[in-house]
This record gives sequence, structure tokens and C-alpha cells, in this order.
Amino acid sequence: MTPTVVISDRRLEREAAKRRRARRGQAIAATSTVLVIGGLVALVLTSPGWPTVRETFFSWSVFKDAFPEVAEGFWLDVKLFVIVEAAVLVVGLAIALLRTSRSPAFFPLRLLATVFVDLFRGIPTILLVYLIGFGVPALMLSGMPTDPVVLGGIALGLSYSAYVAEVYRAGIRSVHRGQRDAALAVGLTEGQALRHVILPQAVRRIAAPLLNDFVALQKDVALVSILGPLEAFRFAQIIQGATFNFTPLIAAALLYLAVTVPLARVVDRMGGPEGSVR
Amino acid sequence: MSAAVEPGAPGGPVLEVREVTKAFGEREVLRGIDLSVAEHEAIALIGASGSGKSTLLRCIDLLEEIDDGDVLLDGETITDPAVPPVAVRRRLGLVFQAYNLFPHLTALQNVVLGERRAHGASRAEAEAHGRELLARFGLAGRENDRPDGLSGGQQQRVAIARAFAARPRVMLLDEVTSALDPELVGEVLAAVRDLKEEGMTMLIATHEMSFAREVADRVAFLDEGRIAELGAAEQVLSEPRNPATHRFLARLLQAGRG
Repeated sequence: MTPTVVISDRRLEREAAKRRRARRGQAIAATSTVLVIGGLVALVLTSPGWPTVRETFFSWSVFKDAFPEVAEGFWLDVKLFVIVEAAVLVVGLAIALLRTSRSPAFFPLRLLATVFVDLFRGIPTILLVYLIGFGVPALMLSGMPTDPVVLGGIALGLSYSAYVAEVYRAGIRSVHRGQRDAALAVGLTEGQALRHVILPQAVRRIAAPLLNDFVALQKDVALVSILGPLEAFRFAQIIQGATFNFTPLIAAALLYLAVTVPLARVVDRMGGPEGSVR
Repeated sequence: MSAAVEPGAPGGPVLEVREVTKAFGEREVLRGIDLSVAEHEAIALIGASGSGKSTLLRCIDLLEEIDDGDVLLDGETITDPAVPPVAVRRRLGLVFQAYNLFPHLTALQNVVLGERRAHGASRAEAEAHGRELLARFGLAGRENDRPDGLSGGQQQRVAIARAFAARPRVMLLDEVTSALDPELVGEVLAAVRDLKEEGMTMLIATHEMSFAREVADRVAFLDEGRIAELGAAEQVLSEPRNPATHRFLARLLQAGRG
């Protein structure tokens, strides 16, 4: 298949030099990593308070005892995250479509969508969880959910839908005007142009920022704990209160990291080669 | 080749532009355009950048709303606000200067999208036809390539196939070679020539005078939003009557594009 090419000495020389440069770069990276990380570890381990900290934050026996319960609580976090995220993707898209639509018939809805975004993006998520978690049951309306997990999920959903709507909207607006023109020119309706031409391109562009919001939501699920449900953070706090040891919180943190770090690597991948840690 | 078809040949004009004006804010781009295109006729629109060629084509395809006047397609006033623009666009084919292919779709999907979604063709039917068209424009084997994997000339030929797929009544070509490297111009012009040979009615905005001479039956010279001269291609390009046309052509000649 490939034609035989005579490789000149000059070229061989260049390639050898390139390899030498690469090896040198790797050596420098390795040395500096060992120095920096080793230095930080040494700093922590030699600090005067380290023996106490090791006992109260990194106690293996407490960790072993607490982990099953914290992990059980974390399962609730995961379920809540998945459900809220799915809802956020749909609601966020709907809001973004309303905000970008030009039809006069949608004017009132467009107005509502704008208010929605301003409101729920403007209120701190923790406040929203409080307001909805304690406010909605206080209304004592029949048919309203009272389960704190559901209410907390709704609060998170509202907050993140507002963010995600803006991400979608930015994506839609980033698609060149000529794409809409071309879609209309081949005879598509405005709706078809959106569905087959604009949205597929918009979603591709916003995949990385969307995933970024996923990671944030995945952590913020812990906010639901203030309403009382026994999720990971709550379990960890209870055990910590009983044992005066903070290790359960470390267990919870590790569980969160187990999900957010892989997600973050996916985000890096989508952001192109510069963003990734190899 | 010139004036092969008399204007107003049997059946009357396919496309008629009457007293069309269009302004963007304060800027009047079209100041009363009158033009009629007969069946199988190709008219080249020439004129400096900003003379209104692109705007006229976009107005005909209802991508821009005209301020005054009318555009008629097969006798129907398509610029009547009561006429749904989608149905009109399905009878016209527009090719853009910058190709405007859908970057997330393959060449074949680009060609097929309109037929499938706008004209309700079945997938198999549309794809078979799409492959045929791509092959016709020299793109056999490129069906599954995305636009960013194609040269400018290939992209523009896909765009021509896309606009042609639904057999439009009139094709509107908006400076289809202006964004191309010089060595790629020929292949795109060959595709347009091919359409002309099969009798497609066309309105072609172009900067390629030799091409206008070869393919167009008539040439319209646009100057500041008006048609300053309209006549048989050979006459307008070789013996322009309007001094403005003469000046325009002389300038092109100086720039080595005549």
C-alpha cells in the first residue's frame, strides 16, 4: 500500500532530536511532580497538629464502620441526581426554546421564561431548597408533595434548569444565521429547521458546559440534607455527631469524588486536548 | 448561445419581479427592480458588491421581506403576505455564496434533508435520488463525508445538488464561486452548466463574466439597486449601452477578471 520512501539521514537526525526532547520533557515533569507533591505531603505530615488530625479525620476504624451507612446514603444522592438531571435537561431546553422563539403567540410564555431564569438563577440554591422544602408543605395544599426528597429535588431542578436554559440558549445563538437560511431554503419550516439543523449543532457545542453543570449538580445534591433526608452528607454528620470524629465526612467526600472526577475527565475530553490531563 | 430563448416564451414568464424595493433601515438596497425570467432561461445578475444582487435573490426566496412591489412565481404572487413562505421556498432552490452546508450532516444527508422533511419522500427514495445527484455532480464516493472533509468546490457542488434535489421551478445562485480558490471555480461552473443544459430556469448572481457570457441567455446589470441595463448576454458584455455598465466592465477587465 504505502510506497517505499527513502528516509534521508537529515530526517532521521531530526526525529532522533525530537525523541530526545520528548524524553527530556518527561523527565522534567516527573521530577517536578515528585518535588511539589512530596513537599506538600511532608508539610502536612510534619505539622504539629497532624497526629490529632489523623485521628479525627483519617481514622481507619471509624471509616470502616461509617462507610456502609454513608454509602447507603450516597445511593439516594445518585438516584436524586439522575432524576433531577434528566428533568433539568428537558425543562432547560423548553425554557431556552421559549426564550429564543420569535413567534408573537409565545410572548407571554417568553416573558415567563425570562422571569423563571432571572428568579431561579438569582436565588442561591441553598435558599431555594429551604424555601421550597419548608414553604410548600406549610401551604398545606392537598396534592402537593411533602416528601423532603421530592421537594429538595424540585428546588435543585428549578435552580439548575435556569442555568442549563442559558447554556442551551447560548448554544442556539452560536449557530450561524446562514444555517437557518439554508434550512428554510430547502423548504423546512421554522420548527423543522430548529429540530434538524439548529439544535443538533447547538447541543454538540454545549456538551462540555452542560457536563460542567452536571458535575455541579451532582455535588449540590448534598444540599437536600438540610431538609432531613438520610443522604450521604446527613449520615456522615450523624455519625460524626455521635463519635466526635470527622472521618465519615471524608468517606462522603470520597464517594462524591468517585463520581465527579470521572465526569470531569469526560468534560476535559470534550474540551479538546489542551484541557486534558494525560 | 445568446438569446436562445425569447423572453416571454410559451407559457409566459416563470418568475416575475415587479417594482421591488427593499431597504435595510435607511439604506435602500433595491430601488424598484423589474425583471422577468422565462422558462428554461438563465439570467446573469452582474454588478458591483453591494449593488443588491444577493438581496434580490434572498427577497425572491422570501428570506427577506420586500417593502414594495411583487414577485410572481408561475403567475402566483408569492410576496403576498397571505401566501405561506414555506410552500414557496419548496418550489425554489437557493445556493449560497458560503455554501451553508449543514456541518453535522454528511453530503448525502445534506442533499436528502429537504426531500425527506419538506417534501415527504421516503428515506429509501430520497437517498437513492440523493446518491444519483451526487454522482451526477462528480461526488460519487463522497456520500458519507462531512462538509469539513470536502474541498470548497466539492462543498459547493453538494450545495447545488441540495438545492436542485426537489426539482425547483427556478434556481437562484448567489455568487456560487466567489468563496472558492481559483482552481476550484471550474468544477462548480461545470455543475451550473450542466443544470443549464437540462433546461433549468436560473437567476445567477456572478462575478465571472466569461461564465455569464457562456451560460446566461440574458445579462442584467445592477447598479445602486436598479437594473441599469438588461439585454442579450453578448450585447451587454461586449457592447454595453449604459455608460455605467461600460465602466463596471472596464474595471473588471483592469482587475484581470473580464
